[in-house]
Amino acid sequence: MVSEEFGFFIDPQRCIGCRSCVAACAECGTHRGHSMIHLDELDRLASTQTGPTVCMHCEDPICAMSCPADAIKRTEDGVVHASQKPRCVACQNCELSCPFGVPIVLPGLEQMLKCDLCYDRSSIGLKPMCATVCPSQALLFAPRHEVAAMRGSRPLREFVIGGLRIRTRNAIMVPDPEVPLNLDASILMEGGL
Amino acid sequence: MAHLPTDAAALRSRFGPHLNSAPPGGWDADPVPERTVETHCCFCGQQCGIKLKVAGNQVVGFDPWEAFPFNKGKLCPKGVKRYLQGGHPDRLLHAMKRTASGFEPMGWEEAMERTVAEITRIQDRYGKDAFAMLSGVSLTNEKSYLAGKFARLALGTRNLDYNGRLCMVSAGAGNKKAFGVDRAANSWEDIPLADVIWVTGANVAECAPITTDYIWRARDRGAKLIVVDPRITPLARTADLALPLRPGTDSALTNGILHLLDQWNLVDRDFVRDHTNGFDEALEAARACTPQWTSAVTGLPVAAIEKAARMWGEASTSFLLHARGIEHQSKGVENVNSCINMVLATGRIGRPGCGYATITGQGNGQGGREHGHKCDQLPGNRDIENPEHRAHICGVWGCTDEELPGKGLSAQEIMNAIHEGDIKGLLCLCFNPLVSLPDSTFTREALEKLEFFVSLDFFLSETAQHADIIFPSALHEEDDGTSTSAEGRVIRIRKAVEPPGEARTDWEILVELARRLGRGRFFDHFTSPGAIFQELRRASSGGTADYGGITYEKIEKQMGVFWPCPTEDHPGTPRLFEGGKFFHPDGRARFIPTPWRPPMEEVDADYPVWLTSGRVVFHYLSGTQTRRIGFLVEQCPHPYVEIHPRLAANLGIREGDATAVATRRGELVLPAKLVTTIRPDTVFIPYHWPGNLGANRLTARHLDPVSRIPEFKVSACRVTRTTPDRFPPELLELMALGRGE
Repeated sequence: MVSEEFGFFIDPQRCIGCRSCVAACAECGTHRGHSMIHLDELDRLASTQTGPTVCMHCEDPICAMSCPADAIKRTEDGVVHASQKPRCVACQNCELSCPFGVPIVLPGLEQMLKCDLCYDRSSIGLKPMCATVCPSQALLFAPRHEVAAMRGSRPLREFVIGGLRIRTRNAIMVPDPEVPLNLDASILMEGGL
Repeated sequence: MAHLPTDAAALRSRFGPHLNSAPPGGWDADPVPERTVETHCCFCGQQCGIKLKVAGNQVVGFDPWEAFPFNKGKLCPKGVKRYLQGGHPDRLLHAMKRTASGFEPMGWEEAMERTVAEITRIQDRYGKDAFAMLSGVSLTNEKSYLAGKFARLALGTRNLDYNGRLCMVSAGAGNKKAFGVDRAANSWEDIPLADVIWVTGANVAECAPITTDYIWRARDRGAKLIVVDPRITPLARTADLALPLRPGTDSALTNGILHLLDQWNLVDRDFVRDHTNGFDEALEAARACTPQWTSAVTGLPVAAIEKAARMWGEASTSFLLHARGIEHQSKGVENVNSCINMVLATGRIGRPGCGYATITGQGNGQGGREHGHKCDQLPGNRDIENPEHRAHICGVWGCTDEELPGKGLSAQEIMNAIHEGDIKGLLCLCFNPLVSLPDSTFTREALEKLEFFVSLDFFLSETAQHADIIFPSALHEEDDGTSTSAEGRVIRIRKAVEPPGEARTDWEILVELARRLGRGRFFDHFTSPGAIFQELRRASSGGTADYGGITYEKIEKQMGVFWPCPTEDHPGTPRLFEGGKFFHPDGRARFIPTPWRPPMEEVDADYPVWLTSGRVVFHYLSGTQTRRIGFLVEQCPHPYVEIHPRLAANLGIREGDATAVATRRGELVLPAKLVTTIRPDTVFIPYHWPGNLGANRLTARHLDPVSRIPEFKVSACRVTRTTPDRFPPELLELMALGRGE
């Protein structure tokens, strides 16, 4: 069981795009060389902003609901697991239905894999591998009650996507108030601050 | 003559870089680790703690070492994947000699005999100083110390220098001038306590990723962040104030800030009076640096300069961090001192949350510049020209003053002397000058003129490809020792596995060579890294970098010991200058006047664009190691040229276009990467690649007059659109790799 006291907080503002999370995810005892994290450059022309995407571990996971083979299980501690290999038919319904774009059906493996919060680690009191190594703590695994005091941003665990209200185990950190960014050096040179 | 023994493609085919992407046996092998070894990353100066998993004399994976206080398990991608260089197919397993058709394995006995014979021949014919040695600061402290002693007492040459010359020597020289000691003033624990953080010439997120967390922890408390850099780096993206100044104008900005601090009465007059000398002279040098003048030189708006001065001047606590961006210049030392002037003027040093540091770039960049493998230095940060310092070292080493050579040439000057024909032989250890020195065409010409070149290496680096004899040496995890991080924390490097094949540790090779050169009496007692460390402690005692009270046991117990640590009952010194006490004989810090002067090369009609270079997070320095690790190469397979869309539009260049960047030294053709996060008058190329992909084909050999560091960060270039058929073949290979082909 993963302690309910601990939450996973994703903070794109702090992300430096180093892909340590991607590198370390593949080293987890259960993933064996496959990384379950997407790290995207949002618009490299205009910004160095990058964003990590990990499974949000929804309270009512659409990936599981859409799975015709009932291969995706959510445990009591709120962790949505990768598909169970004997059941998974690699139909990609989960890939297509996830509002966060997380599950991956790996070619050759014919199985959907996704972040399971490094269950081999988190179920014995360790942090997920990505959150352990993240240099800027853009991926943070910490006691929920400590995060507010720790951070100047606020955790968001409820999303409305396509008219659907989704509550998640993991949280995305949102700057409060929002920070205006100017990422064109030429404008900064000309007096924009 | 040390020309390449065969063509570059044949060498690449045999010696790599090839990619290793999986642990020994593949991902499904899943070996059960027999043990984990607590050690440190082999790459940058952060020296993060890491646990290596070991099975069957192989490193099979890593575990985060969360108990180590500096990084608490955090790692950059290089740290995560570093274990993949163990068991790498490119490892050198036998001594080799150059033949007409390539390299052939040879026995150790023959390799040793030939090397000693060539050293002796060259020195008998041309003199002792005609044989030079270059070493590196990825070496442990023990090996750095041994390299210094080996060059002076085994080779008897004064011409020894190190690749720290390309890293932090400007910071070291500036620190010694201002503080009387060359070390970060604080442990990183003071960063989160600061109210304002000034980062200049440092791409922290990519070159020192763990430091970002310290900065964010300060910002979570409300600290303000100012980032000064021609590029809006990933950390600058969220800064309270980003100042994209013109390359080479750093001290113009800091002088301008000092000017405003004085004008606005934001100087800590009591601190300046009680603890420093030279303020009036430094201020006089900044007298003309009005905001308008500063704006004209730096290309920054007056309002931004004034805002920076206000943010810095009005803070209660502050931390200033800088790195190669200001140090890699022909006025690197002046840039460093102008930053220190800002720190001293506000009196914010030597107390909690108040500090200053250079972010050491290379693994043991700090320790490596303390133990005497600089051309002008003896262990303990002693001056090789100081009679008292020489006498101390002669006493420890058991040699006479006549046996101890004097000050020699610095790294670039050694290469210049090889090119001139004054130096005929070279021993190179842990240094890849063909990629890392400026003007690499010149460096290649120099290597081709050597009568004899011996290299110690674990992979066949681009420089080692020119060697006559190569000794296969050991990786970081194959030896014991200590290292000193950017903070000044001395840490333990623990051996995890034995070297493979006939590879041996660097210290074993050097001690054996010394013995065969007839100098065994100075080296025979070095039977282990621990034995070398015991002598290093004695040699450093009483010096500024005093390791006298540091033991392996104490390092392990305390998770590192900060120097100076003069006695075994001394806990070490995380924060220097407490109580306003500095290391100069009068206990006071020095303001150093830093009147601004332009870089050695300026833009003109022929070369109208500034060129600067730097690192990406996925590679380490000349890439000898990281260009062999699959994951890291896949993230950034090849170099490129960053161009602002406005400049690109003027030149008719679009994203991905073949773009020729030419300077007075040479030309590269690389794909364009259009980004708004760089000044429109400046282009940037990452420098980790060799040959036709090497940014250092373009850079100049201009040196800082004090630190002798080359001006990597400022060149004038011409940028033009060209055709893809001019992409070099090795670039096309790497571009295909990047597309997953």
